[in-house]
Amino acid sequence: MEDKVKAKIMDSRKIKRSFHRMTHEIIERNRDLNNLVIVGVRTRGVFIAHRIQGLIQEFEGIEIPVGVLDITLYRDDFSDPTEQHIVKKTEIDFSIDKRDVLLVDDVLFTGRTIRAAMDSLIDLGRPKSIQLLVFIDRGHRELPIRADYVGKFLPTSRRERVKLQMKEIDNKDEVLIIEPAGTKQE
Amino acid sequence: MAFNHKHLLGIQSLSAQDIRTILDTAESLSEISSREVKKVPILRGKTIINLFYEASTRTRSSFELAAKRLSADISNFSKATSAVVKGETLKDTILNLEAMNIDAIIMRHASSGSPHFVSSFCSSHVINAGDGTHEHPTQALLDALTIQQEKQTFKDLKVVIVGDILHSRVARSDLYLLKKLGAKVVLVGPPSLVPPAFKKYGAQIDYNFDRAIEDADVVMMLRIQLERQKRIYFPSLSEYHELFSLTPQRFSRAKHDAIIMHPGPINRDVEISTDMADSAKSVILKQVENGIAVRMAVLYLLLGGKEREITD
Amino acid sequence: MKLLIKNGRVIDPASGTDKTLDILIDRKKIAAVGSKINDKTAKVVDAAGKVVAPGFIDMHVHLREPGYEHKETIATGTLAAAAGGFTSVACMPNTSPINDNPGVTHSILTEAKRSARVNVLPIAAITRESAGEELTEMVNQAKAGAVAFSDDGRPLTNNQLMRRAMEYSQMLETTIIDHCETPDLSAGGVMHEGDYSYQFGLKGIPSSSEEVMVARDIILAESTGVGIHLAHLSTRGSVELVRRAKAKKIPVTAEVTPHHLLLDDSLLEHYDTNLKMKPPLRDKKDVQSLRKAAKEGVIDVIATDHAPHTPDEKEVEFDQAPFGIIGLETCVSLILDRLVREGILPLSRFIEMISSAPARILNLTDKGKIQPGADADLTLLDLNREVIVDVFAFRSHSRNSPFHGWKLKGAPEMTIVGGKIVYHC
Repeated sequence: MEDKVKAKIMDSRKIKRSFHRMTHEIIERNRDLNNLVIVGVRTRGVFIAHRIQGLIQEFEGIEIPVGVLDITLYRDDFSDPTEQHIVKKTEIDFSIDKRDVLLVDDVLFTGRTIRAAMDSLIDLGRPKSIQLLVFIDRGHRELPIRADYVGKFLPTSRRERVKLQMKEIDNKDEVLIIEPAGTKQE
Repeated sequence: MAFNHKHLLGIQSLSAQDIRTILDTAESLSEISSREVKKVPILRGKTIINLFYEASTRTRSSFELAAKRLSADISNFSKATSAVVKGETLKDTILNLEAMNIDAIIMRHASSGSPHFVSSFCSSHVINAGDGTHEHPTQALLDALTIQQEKQTFKDLKVVIVGDILHSRVARSDLYLLKKLGAKVVLVGPPSLVPPAFKKYGAQIDYNFDRAIEDADVVMMLRIQLERQKRIYFPSLSEYHELFSLTPQRFSRAKHDAIIMHPGPINRDVEISTDMADSAKSVILKQVENGIAVRMAVLYLLLGGKEREITD
Repeated sequence: MKLLIKNGRVIDPASGTDKTLDILIDRKKIAAVGSKINDKTAKVVDAAGKVVAPGFIDMHVHLREPGYEHKETIATGTLAAAAGGFTSVACMPNTSPINDNPGVTHSILTEAKRSARVNVLPIAAITRESAGEELTEMVNQAKAGAVAFSDDGRPLTNNQLMRRAMEYSQMLETTIIDHCETPDLSAGGVMHEGDYSYQFGLKGIPSSSEEVMVARDIILAESTGVGIHLAHLSTRGSVELVRRAKAKKIPVTAEVTPHHLLLDDSLLEHYDTNLKMKPPLRDKKDVQSLRKAAKEGVIDVIATDHAPHTPDEKEVEFDQAPFGIIGLETCVSLILDRLVREGILPLSRFIEMISSAPARILNLTDKGKIQPGADADLTLLDLNREVIVDVFAFRSHSRNSPFHGWKLKGAPEMTIVGGKIVYHC
């Protein structure tokens, strides 16, 4: 049995609107945009980071640096124990010391990825602050973590998967709820 | 991209894809060594033994730093400090170490095949850090990472390896690896030190260095072990130097962008002239730097993550 | 005490016999051979469906006693021999002390009388301490019971001394056996020198190490006219030298082990020390050449070179392990399954190589044949019985065999020594 798309929650227009709203919230909150840096968590967090960077540039004319974070070496939740987790490069070619770091990921679920990302950031320097942006918050937190900017709150069942598709790698923008193969309908 | 090996015993048991996975992982990990805090937590709680029955500073410290940068605990054992001097067998030494709940053994030993022997009865991961005249897989991997950074590809690259091939575990591992990745390998040295049997493993053999170095992309010089030769394999160092040392005149026959490699430790003005060893074309120190990234990659791929299904 | 072996397929290479016959044994000798023998006073052994052969003789065994009883003793070694179908074993002199004087030969025979299951035939050293410097008292040793002379394991490289030993031995009905190895060519070597030794990074023992000595021995045999037996040949070059020597009627005989007929150097990739022996396992072409030579009679004898070592001694780094493997309990099944059943070696030829040929070479005039008056040493074979080699079930004190787990068809059924059943499966 294959994974099944249960519902399409957002299309590209809705997604674009969310990006605009979140960008305005970021600008509003960070009065000193020149102190802001963006760090995207691989893989889709990086594309989200670049879109936010583009919108800030468009609205404010300021180019915010973007870095790439790979958190494999900090994870505690290797979901599939038979799979080799491939380590990719962390590419942050600016200092994060005393900067306001906007950490970006696609889906916030248990919070463990963000815990790993924060540990990793703190090994890289001492930021003035860390803010969190996620495109989807689907609940079910296992750690005391809350996002500062959220594209959409999406209550789901634990079993389901939420997928943000982005045209940079998935050819189109949409948010899907997926019923994984092999699970019973309730 | 699965890397399903329990041990790293030699290059021969790796596929080309395995080698690429290690090199890619090493590329990703290399950034950690340039951080201010040179440490990531992935191997926290893992215990590794550095068991060196043969003298080594470079390889032993490189493995030690690699393990520490991944947060593993590592303990060094040398022949002099172990119970070997009291007559303990290798098997007993390993069984005693394993009783201390270790996760991996990095071993160097003068007997070819001793890591294979150890892996046949112990439950830890075994990493070969050089066994006799058999293999030195992490040296070949760091050589490959260096060549990849300099030349981007291995396909049709001409690599000339010069020196005591007969007794060199580095030459064997390099030959196997470079052939798997598509390079052309020419082994050079006096016939008494370059057995024709290596043709079977894809090498070309040339006893004339001046001819072999023409159009070379990579010139890899091996250490001549002064203490080993005793004039059975060649009559004198001066005759060897005349025929097989790397001098600027010889190097001028190689491609204009050729690089010079050496696994160290070098004998200046024996197999390589000082001006060559220190020249801009020399990547010898780059090799040493890459050694840490490659060994981090090997440790991560063998010990990182949770228990995986092991196929070998 | 009489024994009547009924309806067996009697194969006696010495007389060219291969038919169903009965054999009557009276005490230690064969009394009669014929069809439908009846004797109500004899105990009957039903050998229907079994092969009855002259008792097998392993002319190359290390019993390790005296001196290395932790590896093997005369008692355990001969128990293993009996279970392996052997009625006689010739034991090499590299014990501690080395068997270089009549006292040691005498003590071996005394212990054999007490504890041995099969006939023990001591081989004495050619030179004192096998040091290759002075001859031993060959005549006195022969009087004490030595059947042959050899410095096995410590190659006699002094050409002059070998020549004199051969000449001197003409006073005796004994044989000189040479372990052909040139130490300066094999020094430090642990496996066959070839593609695999370079790959595995193990120091090689070149074929020339053996062949140089084979050539020397043949030249000395020709010039002195005295016969010499070449132990455990392993290379095709040696086979060629022996083939040419025999064509010239030079008095030379040769031997091969089961492992050199069955295994090759490619198997060493796992550094199994149970594949480490001297001479080493050679390459596939050598194996083919040895098989052909065995079949054609260029090689006369199959012998095991049974060389026990304890697990502690073998479970070490490859280059530090001692040379040698055991073979008494696997030889017959290995040859029956892998060579006879595969059609590579005829059954009668195998029996000849392991009974009448060694008897002839060791001048054992009453052994190696089935005829009235001969010693009642017989080996019965079941060609259909399947066995799985299990080193943990060996009678030998040691377990250093590379054949553990091999499934083989054909095995010794019964071993009769001097009219007594010493083994019955």
